[in-house]
Amino acid sequence: MSILINRNSRVMTQGITGKTGQFHTRMCRDYANGKACFVAGVNPRKPGENFEGIPVYATVKEAKQQTGANVSVIYVPPPFAAAAIDEAVEAELDLVICITEGIPVRDMLRTRYKMQGKKTRLIGPNCPGIITPDEIKIGIMPGYIHKKGRIGVVSRSGTLTYEAVAQLMALGLGQSTCIGIGGDPVNGLKHLDVMQLFNDDDETDAVLMVGEIGGTDEEDCARWVKDHMRKPVVGFIAGVTAPPGKRMGHAGAIISGGRGTAQEKLEVMESCGIKVTRNPAEMGKLLKSVL
Amino acid sequence: MKIHEYQAKEILQKYGVVTPKGIACFSVDEAVSAAQQLGGKVWVVKAQIYAGGRGKGGGVKVAKSLDEVRQRASEILNMRLVTHQTGPEGQIVHRLFIEQGVPIEKEFYVGMVVDRSRQRVCLITSSEGGMEIEKVAAETPEKIHKVYVDPIAGLSQQQAVEATQKIGIPAQNLPQAVTLLQSLYEAFDESDASLLEINPLTLTAEQQVMALDAKMNFDDNALFRHPEIVALRDLDEEDPLEIEASKHELSYISLDGNIGCLVNGAGLAMATMDIIKLYGGNPANFLDVGGGATAEKVTEAFKLMLSNPKLQAILVNIFGGIMKCDVIAQGIVMAARDVHLAVPLIVRLEGTHVEIGKKILADSGLPIISADNMADAAQKAVNATKAKSSSPQS
Repeated sequence: MSILINRNSRVMTQGITGKTGQFHTRMCRDYANGKACFVAGVNPRKPGENFEGIPVYATVKEAKQQTGANVSVIYVPPPFAAAAIDEAVEAELDLVICITEGIPVRDMLRTRYKMQGKKTRLIGPNCPGIITPDEIKIGIMPGYIHKKGRIGVVSRSGTLTYEAVAQLMALGLGQSTCIGIGGDPVNGLKHLDVMQLFNDDDETDAVLMVGEIGGTDEEDCARWVKDHMRKPVVGFIAGVTAPPGKRMGHAGAIISGGRGTAQEKLEVMESCGIKVTRNPAEMGKLLKSVL
Repeated sequence: MKIHEYQAKEILQKYGVVTPKGIACFSVDEAVSAAQQLGGKVWVVKAQIYAGGRGKGGGVKVAKSLDEVRQRASEILNMRLVTHQTGPEGQIVHRLFIEQGVPIEKEFYVGMVVDRSRQRVCLITSSEGGMEIEKVAAETPEKIHKVYVDPIAGLSQQQAVEATQKIGIPAQNLPQAVTLLQSLYEAFDESDASLLEINPLTLTAEQQVMALDAKMNFDDNALFRHPEIVALRDLDEEDPLEIEASKHELSYISLDGNIGCLVNGAGLAMATMDIIKLYGGNPANFLDVGGGATAEKVTEAFKLMLSNPKLQAILVNIFGGIMKCDVIAQGIVMAARDVHLAVPLIVRLEGTHVEIGKKILADSGLPIISADNMADAAQKAVNATKAKSSSPQS
């Protein structure tokens, strides 16, 4: 089944007329079933136009009504991105994937507040997106490095996720779905939410979780895994060498007040029965060892 | 982004928060005339650096005469102030803040941060003012009181009352404290702060609730809508390499090792540092060139790393997705020629156009050490530094 998206997902691009939106919509459309999946774009100033045959609508609501799209991917610039998420939530889409990096925390606090009790799920912001290999890719990851299989991957990073996937591939392990949940402190789906979905997915046999310093997302997930997970989980946490109080590239990657260290996360994960490695070159090998 | 105490107080005063009267100074003479201007009989001479723990480090002194103000100011100005937050190298004091001394009856703690798991601003109050709050939280968690703020409605009257009552602010001072907390939240919210700390919040002998200290950090992602805060940036407080990096939109953080790292993506960049350490080496920096690195950007990145005198090797770890390996390889070759590279360069390329990229490096004639994967790259980088440090000095 994969999780969250598959060949039947219908996707609109918010910010389709910008350079980034155009480039990645094209790449996604050219991947697997992309031509059937990417059905609409949104730009309030350019309704009626089209991007290489994909019709552009003024609003998310209209794009949904006209095309049946149930998923949106956002490339809107940071000052307007939270409002773009709000619009997708208001239109009751199933899933929103926000790629945009640099959204103010204050905007995200309000957006997350407004999402309470709504049906829409959010991936990101500041994330590479989600891919169900050989079916559909929504986001900026290179599609060709993936292959359909039975390993779930969830990560807060972009290129480190590609690294993890490449290691799996070198061992002949394909993926059910790979999700980058993003590097921001206030975001949508957490490791825990994704882990629950993988647990219930009959096409996923094991999960590789990749985390990094900052927050307690990985610990929360680990505690849930201990009590509920029916499948093997392995993990890596980036930032053992990160100095405290410094933001390591991602807005959310910061050790504050002595909390959120990689060491602390690794210890909690181990105590919850998750096999971890401190060597980022051995993520694939570790996963294979638990199959 | 961080700012100084006196700047934070200026912001908070606009929201009606009461603070002691004070004047920021850049010289000893200015400090003395500031004290004169403020009047009174007691002054506090405070070092203005971003790091906390200034008092313990000797950066905050009381003076009871103008002569003493002069003496204290000359002791503190230009001193290398070491606190638990500066690291052993400390921070040179370039600015002072002279404040009127205030007779204190009781001290409290007030802080605001974004709680990531609850996705709310968390107001933290405690009866233990003037202490390190992390210590209080660890040793006497019952003395920490937390309130989570609704982002639309703001800090309610009821929440503010609860937060002040729980920490033992006397009933007669409650209305004043409640107003202060609500003003603090308003300031936090409107300025896109990521941290606000009043430690201590004091009840003065004259029964005034007053912010004796103030610390504010801001969300870098929101600075585009706060030019007034960007204007407060003090470059003396920042690492010169990090300032240079920010001009080229490179995400760079100095570390104390000798292996420079150039990586695309923050997670992979951290993992690269980690694996260097795991293989017995020490990373010299964190450096994320981002998704859209050009040859020029790579050259700037090399220059940054090479300006570190401790540097003994460079490890480039690129997983090309959208960013193609051949483009990066061209950048590396250009940069290596441009900067006359004198340290071993280890390059690991993976992903889009990797074969073309590797060929460009091999054909360049440069002594580039190619690596097949992350482990191989880390091992080769560590070996290169060991060979270098064990070779005889000429």
